Amino acid sequence: MQISLFVPCFIDQFFPDAALSIVKILEKLGHEVHYPEGQTCCGQPPFNSGYWQEAKGAALHTIRQFRDSEFIVSPSGSCGAMLRVFYPELFAGTKYEAEARQLAPRVWEFSTFLVHKLGVTDLGASFPCRATFHDGCHGLRELGIKQAPRTLLKHVRGLQLIEMSEAETCCGFGGTFAVKFPHISTAMGEVKCASILETSADCVISNDASCLMQIQGILHRMGKLIPCLHIAQVLSKF
Amino acid sequence: MSTNPQAPQAPPHDPSSNKQNPEKLFHTSANHITRNLHHRSIIQKALGGYYLKRDEQKARFSSWQNARTAAASIKYEAINHLDHYLVQFADKIEANGAKVFWASDGSEALQYILAVARQNNVRRIIKSKTMTGEEIHLSQTLANEGYEVVESDLGEFIVQLRQEPPYHIVFPAMHLTRGEISSLFQQKLGSPPSNEPEELTMIARAALRQKYLQADMGISGANFAIAETGMISITENEGNARLSVGLPPIHVVILGIEKIVPRLQDLALLLPMLATAGAGQHLTGYNTLISGPRKTNEPDGPEQMHVILLDNRRTTLLADAEQRDALHCIRCGACLNVCPIFKNIGGHSYGTTYQGPIGSVITPHLRDLQTWKHLSAASSLCGACSETCPVKIDLHHHLLHNRRNAYHLKPNPLEKILWFAFNLFMQSPFLYNLAAPLNRLFTPFFSLLRKTPLDPIRNWTKTRDFPQPPPKSFKELWRQRKKNPPSFQS
Repeated sequence: MQISLFVPCFIDQFFPDAALSIVKILEKLGHEVHYPEGQTCCGQPPFNSGYWQEAKGAALHTIRQFRDSEFIVSPSGSCGAMLRVFYPELFAGTKYEAEARQLAPRVWEFSTFLVHKLGVTDLGASFPCRATFHDGCHGLRELGIKQAPRTLLKHVRGLQLIEMSEAETCCGFGGTFAVKFPHISTAMGEVKCASILETSADCVISNDASCLMQIQGILHRMGKLIPCLHIAQVLSKF
Repeated sequence: MSTNPQAPQAPPHDPSSNKQNPEKLFHTSANHITRNLHHRSIIQKALGGYYLKRDEQKARFSSWQNARTAAASIKYEAINHLDHYLVQFADKIEANGAKVFWASDGSEALQYILAVARQNNVRRIIKSKTMTGEEIHLSQTLANEGYEVVESDLGEFIVQLRQEPPYHIVFPAMHLTRGEISSLFQQKLGSPPSNEPEELTMIARAALRQKYLQADMGISGANFAIAETGMISITENEGNARLSVGLPPIHVVILGIEKIVPRLQDLALLLPMLATAGAGQHLTGYNTLISGPRKTNEPDGPEQMHVILLDNRRTTLLADAEQRDALHCIRCGACLNVCPIFKNIGGHSYGTTYQGPIGSVITPHLRDLQTWKHLSAASSLCGACSETCPVKIDLHHHLLHNRRNAYHLKPNPLEKILWFAFNLFMQSPFLYNLAAPLNRLFTPFFSLLRKTPLDPIRNWTKTRDFPQPPPKSFKELWRQRKKNPPSFQS
């Protein structure tokens, strides 16, 4: 099948390997990956900051990029939730509402797309490490993703998954929150990193790169050079 | 990172009387407390125990999720027919001899209570826990008028001795260790030092016992008001509320109009849910239903009962169809307990009566949106609050709604320009495609600015490393890949 890739601006600019890994995985599974090259940002930063009017241009631009896509797959639960959950609310009562509603059900977060749409749980990946998994909040609570990434990781050869305490507690990133309230955001990140270090894992995996940027930023500042990887990077080690 | 072994200092008792900007106070307090590792560990320890007990109790429900849906629908019905159920409640309880006073704001409620106190020559007042009382600064107003006011709830008693507001709507003294409470009692009550919770409770009990007997008036809140039977329901663990409202000759109960539930049987669900979500208990130790003052053939109980139904801008929230469900709140405090913001900044940083996510949602409605919008901004929108709420209030989305409403009415000019430009930029793939090369171009320059005040992302880099931009963006890699497709197709 043809699968359209939605690569959030953040991943495009800072974590291209996560998106590239998805391309490799989907191609290995025999699918054709389509990447609309006009895509930019979904508009979540102004939206979450309360500037909904200023989010609409970017959002509408994104909707139009994927007008003809049957399946839209995103490496980020957070930006995926923006398209799936928040676009219909953003455009409610406007002439674009129908377009937004028509887009929403076609948007998938990568790990759930593999498990629930494609029915794939074992990609033949091998990645020996003691890993702990961080649930991105938007993926977890807006999209209800919990088991799919764990199911996929369970099938990675050599990977031992160790659950951290309070795995579902926010890492403190929260988009513009991280720079508007740096002290609160950092304290939340420190608590998260303490849970991670408690597991003595040698690798942190998440399905959201923005959380990883926060976690990695704090771990590295603490001098703990534990690799922080997007789940697609791990699953593409075949 | 500094470790302050002292208990966190609370802001002045009445935040609304403070002339300083609440947003500035919030930042100062939050910045201070987030670095206080002693505070962080006390709260983590206290809540660690709560999570275990809460989950044990949740498991006793055949389906906690179904219970949430049922509880939400009870509150939905009550709030959406408030006009009907409030009148029904008032008629019933008045028929049983209570006086009902409809207070449109705090000042009306206070004037009424002061008038009752004056008419009855009241001098001493014993109070059980009431957050609605906190909301209108009841204790402080009565004390300023010369009345002796004693808090009978142990946690409230402790924070009253410390002259600070409650830290948490359910656990007012959650931020204090036993040692700190013992020192406080030594200093204020002259008691011997102790590290045993039972002994500390006995010290407080000894101090309080006489106060119940001496009080001319008892003041309480209510957890629920039952329309069908005209009763108020009070749920507690210390028996102090029962004594506070049962012994003195006058009982004054103050409650927000949202406390109404339609039927008595609704408590069969709501009481165990409140106990589970609030304290990890199956049921609290004492549950009292009160339907009026002492009747002529009854041997004890107060001679007068005054029921104050407080609006205080709750009807403003009721008029907001989008956020009306915030009036479902049963004040269990569960959203505070799971909120990573609350856990790190502590209850006093909010500067509000109601802390945590529910406080951040309703304070802008109960007070003023522009003055309190920063509370809605101070959230990562993780959604743990909405997930845990026993009556399914859409808390974290309401934080987003408050942000939207606040900036729609009064945008911050700089942010407005920034997001306007952002919006234009993101509609142009041509401009967006310049981001990656510009990022690479400026990175060496920005690296020189790290650790200086000129660093444009100093708010990030001060405490966290920032990732180096990769040699190529995904879009660039994709285009490269299209030109030279990988030869392998494994």
